[in-house]
Amino acid sequence: MLKIGVLALQGDVREHAAALAAGGADPVPVRRAEELEGLDGLVLPGGESTAIDKLARAFGVAEPLRRRIGEGLPVYGSCAGMILLANTIADPATDRAGNRQQTFGGIDMVVRRNAFGRQVDSFETDLRFAGLEKLPGVAPDAGAAPVHAVFIRAPWVESIGPDVEVLASVGLSGPSAAAQAPGAARIVAVRSGKLLATSFHPEVTGERRIHELFIQMIRGEA
Amino acid sequence: MSINEQTPATATTTGSSRVKRGMAEMLKGGVIMDVVTPEQARIAEDAGAVAVMALERVPADIRAQGGVSRMSDPDMIDGIIEAVSIPVMAKARIGHFVEAQVLQSLGVDYIDESEVLTPADYVNHIDKWQFTVPFVCGATNLGEALRRINEGAAMIRSKGEAGTGDVSNATGHMRKIRSEIAKLAALPEDELYVAAKELQAPYELVKEIAATGKLPVVLFTAGGIATPADAAMMMQLGADGVFVGSGIFKSGNPAERAAAIVKATTFHDDPDVIAKVSRGLGEAMVGINVDEIAQPHRLSERGW
Repeated sequence: MLKIGVLALQGDVREHAAALAAGGADPVPVRRAEELEGLDGLVLPGGESTAIDKLARAFGVAEPLRRRIGEGLPVYGSCAGMILLANTIADPATDRAGNRQQTFGGIDMVVRRNAFGRQVDSFETDLRFAGLEKLPGVAPDAGAAPVHAVFIRAPWVESIGPDVEVLASVGLSGPSAAAQAPGAARIVAVRSGKLLATSFHPEVTGERRIHELFIQMIRGEA
Repeated sequence: MSINEQTPATATTTGSSRVKRGMAEMLKGGVIMDVVTPEQARIAEDAGAVAVMALERVPADIRAQGGVSRMSDPDMIDGIIEAVSIPVMAKARIGHFVEAQVLQSLGVDYIDESEVLTPADYVNHIDKWQFTVPFVCGATNLGEALRRINEGAAMIRSKGEAGTGDVSNATGHMRKIRSEIAKLAALPEDELYVAAKELQAPYELVKEIAATGKLPVVLFTAGGIATPADAAMMMQLGADGVFVGSGIFKSGNPAERAAAIVKATTFHDDPDVIAKVSRGLGEAMVGINVDEIAQPHRLSERGW
């Protein structure tokens, strides 16, 4: 059985663990560097990226994790997790001493935090998500069905490098901050090798295909 | 719902239960700190807070100074929203739906319909379904929690006794809610009708709790938490996260205490970490024993 860690410093750890268990994996909470040993993959949950960054550095998880990602550990990040997987944050928080928020990195992309606006702008929607129709064990019809996506103070991907594949985008509309660039599509799901990131939270809707995709990526079957 | 005519149009829904409750899910395992200035908000963010609660006076000062306590000045809330990138919550008086409308228009991320402020309505709480912004409400027991959820609360916090630094009421409320949930889960289905009557809560919610064994929303704890060990105890008692009010900025070294409480919340089951972060924090807030507060001045008895 695949042993998949969920970074458990803060955030919706329980929901990701449940989604992984439903996919037949063995989810384990990770708060310390030694708990990274022997993992087949890792999930970075939704939460506050600034809080997770600080705790990861304070407890010595950030550096070993960066190294494991460099060595090819498969990682999936949702929302805050997407921010933590980005090589660059467009608008990082800075502390009173002027130090910038850090990420673990791994995906050659620039993300913008809270890009869709504040909580009153948080939304749910249906998305086309590339690649789910080919998932082993998922009927092509079911795989092609839209993903119901929940965006909560969500980031978007502002730009990507050549090796990053776009899996889903959302069209901007309405009176929210997102309407700054009307008609523009924003990238909300990407894959780069064995790294997967979504702006939204499949773990809170009962959607299981994104976690299934991640499990298949670990197995080398997707 | 809004649809962009141009291209690639996406129909979106804001303010749904899932979006409101989901926001609270993302705060789990974290600490939400009371702040009264932008500078305090920055200290909280630097310490690893997952959100700040903007208010005019911390509960300890409300207690000391007395008078009617209300929603904060919009300028002050704007200043705090400007100062930090983490979510900003703010308090409205119980039943004061116009204060809530104002806070929504200011763009706060969560409204706390709070007993710490002077109630504006001694009969009705705010009809929280009417808002896009989510609400957190206090509760001392399961019935109260379910009544708030029925009114649209998307997050519950146990009340404790705010502004005291005395954690005993928070402990009592967490234990009470937990044991009432366990009791429901053990009841035969045909006894749930009477259980709903006794809890003064809607039958449908009671049935849901009995089936799932947990609240349908995130449960934080609040009121009297002043040390890393207090926060860790609340987490071990089953809280999803912690609100700290006066405990941080009424202490000797707010920045270090705030960071220590954040670490103790994450590593709540690791006494070595809690011991380590508890060292050298200086004076904790002085505090008041709840028993010494005359009944009419107990905040947790506001709300029903």
